Amino acid sequence: MADVLPVAGGGIAIAGAMLVLIGALGMLRFPDVYTRIHAAGITDTGGASLMLLGLGLISGLSAVTLKLAVIWIFILLTSPVAGNAVANAAFSSGHAPWIGGFRIMRESGRKS
Amino acid sequence: MTSLPAGFDANLSINLALLVMLVVLVTAIAWTRSLLAAILLLGVYSLIVAAWFVVMDAPDVAFTEAAVGAGVSTLILLGAILLTRGETERSTWRSSILPAVVAVSTGAQLVYAALDLTSFGNPVSPANAYVGRIYLEVAPEETGAPNVVTAVLASLRGFDTMGETIVIFAAGIGVALMLGFGEHALSEVSAPPPGTDGEHHVVLRVAAKLLIPLIALYAFYVQFHGDLGPGGGFQAGVILAVAVILHALVFGLRETMGAIRPGLVRRIAALGVLVYAGTGIVSIANGGDFLDYDRLFARAIEAQIPEWLLGPGEHHWGQHFGIFLVELGVLLTVFATMVTIFFGFAGRSVGASAGRGTR
Repeated sequence: MADVLPVAGGGIAIAGAMLVLIGALGMLRFPDVYTRIHAAGITDTGGASLMLLGLGLISGLSAVTLKLAVIWIFILLTSPVAGNAVANAAFSSGHAPWIGGFRIMRESGRKS
Repeated sequence: MTSLPAGFDANLSINLALLVMLVVLVTAIAWTRSLLAAILLLGVYSLIVAAWFVVMDAPDVAFTEAAVGAGVSTLILLGAILLTRGETERSTWRSSILPAVVAVSTGAQLVYAALDLTSFGNPVSPANAYVGRIYLEVAPEETGAPNVVTAVLASLRGFDTMGETIVIFAAGIGVALMLGFGEHALSEVSAPPPGTDGEHHVVLRVAAKLLIPLIALYAFYVQFHGDLGPGGGFQAGVILAVAVILHALVFGLRETMGAIRPGLVRRIAALGVLVYAGTGIVSIANGGDFLDYDRLFARAIEAQIPEWLLGPGEHHWGQHFGIFLVELGVLLTVFATMVTIFFGFAGRSVGASAGRGTR
């Protein structure tokens, strides 16, 4: 039992690192601002959360766990808000989403 | 447990990865034409340098680098590019010969100097052998502060730190002399028309309202925890300033200046230096040297504190109180100077966009 937690934690942390890698690939490969924000959001929330969870399992129950939990709450509070703010700013400055040639939002976006 | 291949050095591979990232970032910063991208990349650069400092067992320096380099200087530079066009000028190869010569020769000199540096952690190098080792040996007994960085910074080399505080104060004055205090952002002429003040950023506003008190609270934790672990007045002041700047970015400069008047902020900056230097003056008045915290309390007062309150043994009561006062002075000056600089840049751009010609 004592050996299971660190190994599980390592596995979860590696899964989180994979999510970060996927997010980075998405940032490079996706076509427009909104889909790229989606990819970056995976990095921030999913990847970082899994890594913190993994680190918490590795470190065991101690003061470090509490600090990791605080960092996790901080990330959960900030990074979705950052994604929302970027998307909001992109939309109000008239960036049209690229959805397979579907450009209905361009007119409402250009208005402001 | 360990099944790593022989000769695998985890520290070395982390160092190499971080250094490669730094080289890539520097190239990208030099390459890009967009000033916005360059500023954000500089923030990333500082964050990676901070991670590197942690690997090298210097958490206090890493903390400062993360808070100053990645945090507040990114924000101040963002305020500054509002005053520019946001792009570098396209230059001909002729006009870039001189800057290239200067940059390459400076870089070559730095590399040449770096070759003479002693190896990392070398115990007989001058930095580690003489005064540094003496500080490490005497700091616990003489100051009683568990974090030796704070002991050296605030007590053993308190005079140097006062110089640094004054340098920061002078930087604030310099920016204010060039750009003003940004106070005309408060005037009625530069009031933004209603509806243009980012009112659609509802989520951002709610989250900022939640976060700003927490950031300020964290700043005070860093301030008061500086005796025990990484942290202290410099980091805390910068973090506190970030809370104010975040408020200004989300709710508008006028709202922030209404809550924290520029006049008050510049008085706080001067007050910080005064608290620091005043601590030194008081210790002279009590018969010690400048910033000699052991004499901060007159012996008569110290004798009044009852034994049961303190417990037996050495207490360094004066040292604790002196370090506290000095760090308080650093906090006030750093916080107020950072906010003043931001107000100077941001208030200028508000005036430039909304109230041009009203000054």
